[in-house]
Amino acid sequence: MSKTVLVCCGTGCLANGSAKVAAEFHRLLEGSDHAVEWLVKETGCNGFCENGPLVKIDPDDITYYKVQVKDVPEIEEKTVLGGETVDRLLYKNDQGQRVRSQRENPFYAPQHKIALRNIGAISPTSVEDYVAHGGYQALRKALTMTPEEILDEMDRSGLRGRGGAGFPTGRKWRTAAGYDKFPKYVACNGDEGDPGAFMDRSILEGDPHSVLEGMAICALAIGAEEGFLYIRDEYALAVKNVRAAIAEAEAYGALGDHILGSDKKLKLSVVRGGGAFVCGESTALMASVEGRVGEPRAKYIRSVQRGLWDQPTVLNNVETLANVPVILLHGGDAFARMGTEGSKGTKVFALVGKVKRTGLVEVPMGVTLRHLIYDIGGGVQGDRPFKAVQTGGPSGGCIPAELLDLPVDFDTLKSRGAMMGSGGMIVMDDRSCMVEVARYYIKFLSEESCGKCTPCREGLRHMLQILTDICEGRGQLSDLDLLEELCHTLADSSLCALGKSAPNPVLTTLKYFRQEYEAHILEHRCPAGVCAALTSFAIDAEKCVGCGACGRACPAGAVSGERKQPHVIDPARCIACGSCREACKFGAVVTKGKVAG
Amino acid sequence: MDLSMEEIQTILNRYPPEQRYSLAMLQDMQHQFNYIPRVGMEALAEYLGCPLSSLYAMATFYKALSLQPKGKHIIKLCDGTACHIRGSTALVDGVKRLLGIGAGETSPDGLFSLELVNCLGSCALAPVMVIDDTYYGKVTLEKLPGILAQYQEVTPS
Repeated sequence: MSKTVLVCCGTGCLANGSAKVAAEFHRLLEGSDHAVEWLVKETGCNGFCENGPLVKIDPDDITYYKVQVKDVPEIEEKTVLGGETVDRLLYKNDQGQRVRSQRENPFYAPQHKIALRNIGAISPTSVEDYVAHGGYQALRKALTMTPEEILDEMDRSGLRGRGGAGFPTGRKWRTAAGYDKFPKYVACNGDEGDPGAFMDRSILEGDPHSVLEGMAICALAIGAEEGFLYIRDEYALAVKNVRAAIAEAEAYGALGDHILGSDKKLKLSVVRGGGAFVCGESTALMASVEGRVGEPRAKYIRSVQRGLWDQPTVLNNVETLANVPVILLHGGDAFARMGTEGSKGTKVFALVGKVKRTGLVEVPMGVTLRHLIYDIGGGVQGDRPFKAVQTGGPSGGCIPAELLDLPVDFDTLKSRGAMMGSGGMIVMDDRSCMVEVARYYIKFLSEESCGKCTPCREGLRHMLQILTDICEGRGQLSDLDLLEELCHTLADSSLCALGKSAPNPVLTTLKYFRQEYEAHILEHRCPAGVCAALTSFAIDAEKCVGCGACGRACPAGAVSGERKQPHVIDPARCIACGSCREACKFGAVVTKGKVAG
Repeated sequence: MDLSMEEIQTILNRYPPEQRYSLAMLQDMQHQFNYIPRVGMEALAEYLGCPLSSLYAMATFYKALSLQPKGKHIIKLCDGTACHIRGSTALVDGVKRLLGIGAGETSPDGLFSLELVNCLGSCALAPVMVIDDTYYGKVTLEKLPGILAQYQEVTPS
């Protein structure tokens, strides 16, 4: 049986040098005497980017991490030809044991992959590979079904939109199918803008055919013959792979004038985004596809009725579409058996920030935050205290430690003022300032507000001003009431979801971390040591061993001291960047408030 | 800067004269020239038969488009949430100290432009910096001078 060497070539692994690793395998393969048949495949993102480049060898089911070019000949000799493992490249689990299979890796073991099912196992753009893994079977089945039967299956699955709002996908399709107005369009929202979320990039890069197949099934259900994939221009590899996949699918006959030999047709094309966050909003996205400025419009009439060029349009998120083929193939009921009452199936989360194991994880809806962060993520980096997890991007909120046992689904998070959004989960420790986090999101949103409606354009600017004042030590207690008032105004009167949900980061931090705001205002102190104007650092002479790590890390040359003697920080030169505190392994750098005077 | 009308025409010829391709054509110009030249916009307005002002509105709305020439090397510093809490702000200050340019600025020698960008989707490698098309993960203030030096042209002594 021939062996397959799968080299992860997602953006993360590429940044760690996986292209060279793959090239080295190819070079060795060419020189091979073929005593053992083997081949090399470049795959999409495996999600565990921090430990890249990843190399998996099948059918042995051995995964190596942090593989460098120099390791390649040894892998070829020992594993590919010899069937042994190279122990030092295996993952070390929490108990310090080296594990061979991804199934034994604590990061992968609890995962249940539906949307990410093929990523890492197939060559992303190759239609043959996709078909060999069961691809386009669901489309073939859909061609034998009536639109009504497809819609019933979608309804039974309980699938809700993975882009953030969680609207039932079946109902959206059914509404579009009900309009007797042609042409209709199917569109894919790949304008993944939430900072901290990258599941859509991973799917578009690693398994583009699953999205194309989902779109084709949707087109059959609603009666569309043309569709668009709106993808961020920053995602260069995603754009490239989707275009290549469309060409391969057309050549194979899964797209084009005769879908799999039938009389149905579908033409798909890629539209590159222009770098505007608001274009993730449905009506703004459609304006952008039409070649106009991407401003949202009031949605008295939904885009499902009047979308692209005023025609009925179904717009679905990337991850939503990737789920569709599985639902059609195995039935909506099977899908609905996973998850919670109101949120069915699985969800992909991007577990990032100050967590030990960062990456993409797909788990059934309803698992707890604690399971995600501690079991899969391995806990907080450096075993520091957990402070909060930010979910849902700029429209989401910060959830404190006391709510770690909340099950994660659409409705539970919403009830606590946060939202699931696209699935970003940013873990924060005691060195993350919650006021600064709120300021960060409001700054982001004020820059991304399109400026069409007044509450969002003006309100965000004033909220930013107030939050900046607090971070820089000019805040007053009355500011907090004013902030809340502005939040409610935005939520009630903004035109689109960007403005309506913009207050969430401020409202949740005010609710759960009010004492941090008060420390900034009343004590002129940033407890996390982040806001430079309200922070100073000093070295605890008792704990300092004089190793000099802080001095090497200091960009301002503010640390001085003899080797093996306690060091000191010169407050006049210190820029309060915190590099010394990160560098110190002995906890000797202490955080203090503003320097008097 | 020398602008060849031929290059502009080549870009226009890639697409039918329909409004829906206007953003794509502007993006192609941005890739080709590192900015949207006025003559390019004028040629596009004529090609599409649309007012120049509507193209100007697009060129100023979309972040990917710029009316000012950008530097030879574009440094994209990610300020997504994950990068932000892992210290991207310190890197902005670091670039400022090393190259004298802040976010959105181009160095006087035209070699570098610094852009602060939203999440690049490489959060597991935070903080991330991209120069031209090369990704640098887990960038620290210590690594920064070495990375930038690869792009600084050697001045003959």
